[in-house]
Parts: sequence; C-alpha cells; structure tokens
Amino acid sequence: MASVVVRDVRKSFGQSEVIHGVSIDIEDGEFVVLVGPSGCGKSTLLRMISGLESITSGELWIGERMVNMAPPKERDIAMVFQNYALYPHMTVFENMAFSMRLRKAPQEETDRRVTEAAAILGLTPLLARFPRQLSGGQRQRVAMGRAIVRDPQVFLFDEPLSNLDAKLRVQMRTEIKALHQRVGGTTIYVTHDQIEAMTMADKIVVMQGGHVEQIGAPLELYDNPRNVFVAGFIGSPAMNFLTGVAKRNGAGMTVVTDHGETVAAPETPGLEDGRPVVMGVRPEHLTLTGDAHGFAAQVVVTEPTGAEVQVSARHGQDEITAVFRERVALKPGETIRLSPDLAHAHLFDAATGLSLRA
Amino acid sequence: MADVPLSPTRSAAAKAGGASAWTRLQTNRNWLGLWFMLPAAGFLILFLAYPLGLGVWLSFTDSRIGRPGEFIGFENYAWLWGDDVFWLSVFNTLLYTTVASVLKFAIGLYLALLLNRHMRFKAIIRAVVLIPFIVPTVLSAVAFWWIFDTQFSIITWMLQGLGLIDHQINWLGDSTMARASVIFANIWRGVPFIAITLLAGLQTVPGSLYEAATIDGATRWQLFRFITYPLLTPIIAVVMTFSVLFTFTDFQLIWVLTRGGPFNATHLMATLSYQRAILGGNLGEGAAIATAMIPFLLAAIMFSWFGLQRRKWQSGGSDD
Repeated sequence: MASVVVRDVRKSFGQSEVIHGVSIDIEDGEFVVLVGPSGCGKSTLLRMISGLESITSGELWIGERMVNMAPPKERDIAMVFQNYALYPHMTVFENMAFSMRLRKAPQEETDRRVTEAAAILGLTPLLARFPRQLSGGQRQRVAMGRAIVRDPQVFLFDEPLSNLDAKLRVQMRTEIKALHQRVGGTTIYVTHDQIEAMTMADKIVVMQGGHVEQIGAPLELYDNPRNVFVAGFIGSPAMNFLTGVAKRNGAGMTVVTDHGETVAAPETPGLEDGRPVVMGVRPEHLTLTGDAHGFAAQVVVTEPTGAEVQVSARHGQDEITAVFRERVALKPGETIRLSPDLAHAHLFDAATGLSLRA
Repeated sequence: MADVPLSPTRSAAAKAGGASAWTRLQTNRNWLGLWFMLPAAGFLILFLAYPLGLGVWLSFTDSRIGRPGEFIGFENYAWLWGDDVFWLSVFNTLLYTTVASVLKFAIGLYLALLLNRHMRFKAIIRAVVLIPFIVPTVLSAVAFWWIFDTQFSIITWMLQGLGLIDHQINWLGDSTMARASVIFANIWRGVPFIAITLLAGLQTVPGSLYEAATIDGATRWQLFRFITYPLLTPIIAVVMTFSVLFTFTDFQLIWVLTRGGPFNATHLMATLSYQRAILGGNLGEGAAIATAMIPFLLAAIMFSWFGLQRRKWQSGGSDD
C-alpha cells in the first residue's frame, strides 16, 4: 500500500494537449474516485497512472518512488478494466494466478493467494470454469480477484460497473466498497456516474476537459461546489440554476431573474449591483409558498415516487426541478411559487462560473 | 422423418388422416428439403465423387489412353511398391510439404505480427503482401523460371555484381539446388495466404487482454506465448491444414519449373502421376499414384480435425 502523488501532470497526443496540468494527492489506503463527463480525461489519467499511457510532463509518485518512466509491471499496480479483460482461454483459477505464474511464484503461495481471494469474492465454486461460462457479475468479481491476488500498492478501476445492468451495478457498488474496507489498499476508481462517486469515494476528483474542477469529500462537493460545473454535476436530480443579475435591496441580497422576478438570495459581501449571476438551488431546498416570497414557475410534470414528489417546472427559460417530501397535488400548467432555502443556496459569477461564496 | 417439428400445414394434413400418400408427401418438409439439396448434391457427385471414384477404379485396371482396361486387382500397386522413382516422389512430396509448410508458417506468422502493428501506409503494405497470392500460379512460375535460369538468373547476376561469386549457379540443374529452388518458389507463393489469415485472427484478439497482461507483468515474449498464441491456435489449425493440403497436391509450380527433374529430384506424386498417366499413357498406373496420395491427405485432415475440435474455453454456457 502506498500514497500516490500526481503533480502537474500533462498529456499530449501530437499537438493537442488532453490533460492540462493535473495535481492530486492520494493518501495511503484512500478510495479516490475520478469522475466527469465522457471525454474529460479521467480514463486517460488513470491509464497514465497505470503506465499504459506515457506521461508527457509532470511527476507521478507511487509511494517513495517517481514512476514516470517505469513500465507498468514495475509500478506494482493492479487494474480492473471496463470489459474485465479476462483471458478467455484460462480458467478462473488460471486468470487469477496469471501474474503469479509470470513472476514464477512458488505453487503453494499461488494456490494460497488465489484460494484466499476466491473465498473473499465467493468465487470458490467457479475456479475451474472458463470466463465464457460466467455471468457479468461473476466476471467482474474474477477481474477484482485477479487484482487482489497481486496484492498491489494501488488498485485501479476503469469504469468497472458500466457493463452491468442497473440492479447488479448497485449490488457490485456495495461489494467493491465492502471489499475496500476489508482488503484496504489505495484505490483509484474512474466513473462517469456521480452516484457511484458519491457513494463509494473517500475523496472525489471532478474533472472536465482535461482539468480538475474540484477535489474533496463527497458531501463537501455537494455542499460547497466551487463552480457551476461541479454544482450541476454532483447531485441527482441536478441543482437548479436561475440566471439573472445581483441587486442589493436594503433588507438584503436579491437576484433579479431574466424572467423579471426579484428573488431573495444568500448574503454575499462585496457583490456589486448589476453583476450577472447564476443562483443555484438544489431540488430539495425549494419549498412551496403562498406569499410573495420566491418566484413563480409553471408546472410541467409531477412524478410521485411514494416517498416524495418530484416536480418539473419552468421559470422563463430556466428549467426547475423541486422535490417535496409532502404529497402535493399539482396539475400541469398550474403556476406555483417556489421559495429557496437561503442557507443552502449558492451564487455563482455568470461569466466565470466560480462560486461567489466567501 | 417424424422428429421434425410439425408445421401447421402438416399437422392439418395429419388430422385429415385419409389424405393420399401424395398429398402427405407434398406437405412433408423433409421431402422439400431433399429437393433444395439436390442441385448442390448433383454438382458434388458429378464433379467430385464421380471423378474420385473413377480414379480409384482406374487404379485397379490396366487402362491406357484410348483403351478401356480390365480389372487387374492390386497389380499397379504391386508394381509401384517396387518402383524406386515412385518412392523418390513420395520422399520428395513429404520433404517439399514439410519444409515449405514449416517455413511458410514461420514467415507468415512473422509477417502477420508485423502487419498487426500500427504503422504508416498499413493498408497499402497489406495489399502488397497479397500480390504473390493473386498472381496466377503459372505466371509466377514462369517468372521464377527466369529467376532460376542458368544463364540469365537475376540472383546469380546480383551475387556476381556484389563480387560474392564468379561462376554461374545451376539453380534448377542440380538436385539439391532444384529442390531448394522449387521450395523457395512455393514459399513465396504461399506466405500471403497464411499471413493475411493469421492477421485476421490477430485482429480478433482484444487489445485490453494485452493491457491486462502487461499490467500483470508479462514481457513481450510472454504476451505472445500466453495470449496471442493460444488465442490464435484455432485459426492456425485451419490455415495450416489448407496449406498442407495445397502444398502436398502442388502441380503447376513444379511442372513449369522443372517437370520433375533433374533425375526426378523434384518429382512430386502429383507430377509423377500426370507424367505416367497422361504423357506416358498408363492411366491405371497414374491413377494408382494419385490414389496413393489419399491416405496422406486423409491423415492431414484427421490431424487437423482433432486439432480443430472446439477447445473447451471456446464453448460457453454449459455448467460442467
């Protein structure tokens, strides 16, 4: 087990740079999730850490060693691939023992390690099977078993759950997290699914366009997004955004929306009048209100799930989603007034997208 | 016939019970299937089974061209058993097939691995590799005839130009050189087929397997040994079976280059059979030589048939 330090790492394919100076500190034993939309560079970054892609510039440290130039086998890492990459002509046992076989490890040690890993993952009855004879979830487990047998410094996961169906994905998510708690080990996990990131990570790295947008604990990102991108990416249903301009109004801060309504906004020192802003409010931080507070919105759809009701509405050009714990009966087209919880609302600069929170 | 799933029409006919045999036959799917198979079966019988049967029959007769022979049992075979030229042709054929096939496989595999790498002008290079395969055999044989000509050989000319030799090389006149020359020509012609087929096989191996094995610590040789080679074995079995069969029965190349000479050193069973049956007129004896090739070919097919049996890892689903 080891810490991983990524310092100002860049990657270019020919003339075009795809990773623009990324720095991440990963502590020993930490579960870090790299998350972002497709094409954000998260998989490329993971492959650079694994050694499958070269590093154009910057430093990569695993433990006490800078490994920029080291080939994959010397980095002491194990990787779980999206398509599992199981060797089709080897049994489950042989798949898991392959790295030991290449290392010419003694047979007893190989047997012991494979048996242990198989027991942890519930693969013991399947050891003699070939990958073709396994279900998707079982193949996924074999891929993890292959990594565990290695007993590596760092585990790398490249979108390991995206080939599974929704139900299995939730189940395997829990299994991987439980596995990490049991086996330990520094883990770097790539996904495009923010729910996976939120539920599994000790630390999330949100990436976009080859940049790191924000690094932090899941709830920290949820509560204090640094910019509009992170605010919109983390959380489901996504945060609502009202575009408008800031206006100080005696009693406090307000935002005059593009639709022409004045909505109370969180107090933000130093914010001058007339600055174009975006106000962000999470769906659960909107309440139905009868009085002049808040803003008007036209109901588009209501979706009751039993535990809560999700309402999609429209305020001018802005689409608004609200989630109510109480069972409200709203008709499509009806005009409602929604009031944001100011303690949990965010203001962002419309030009830079950065949070204006002090 | 009854174990075919019942079609609606058929069960209706069955219910009718009293329908005539002809009506029942008309609605019988197997009867229909037989008709569909007939054209293909006709072609195979006419152009494959009949000539083969005729050839075997001729080998038991003393027919000559223009005179139908009489059944003489194993006399032709007994005669061949004591014929040194026949045994030399068997030896030549085995040598030719073994050496050419092994080298074709080695070179073909090497080329396939090379062409599977990322490189510039990949499509053009792949097309160029195929050229020896698409040139008609006789045409390429004539080209080799010139290349191996005693006086005008370009190889001799180049070696002399480089100052390596000062005499002419008798490429096709010396027993050993002639054998080497025809084997070389056969290899040149056969490599593209193997290279392109193996390349197709290589491209079905997912790249992520190589990445996974690289991370598992495999060297380049180990990647080949443990990933590429085992995943390629099914296609190697197919392509090498074809290659061995084609090489064993080769005729055109030898006939154009050497006609079996010098002193029968390059006579293969196919060329000897042609020489004795068509040129010499002894149809029965020629047919016996051709028939003697069948056991060898059958052995090659059996070998690959067992090699081709679906490996356990290729079959899926079963829970054994």
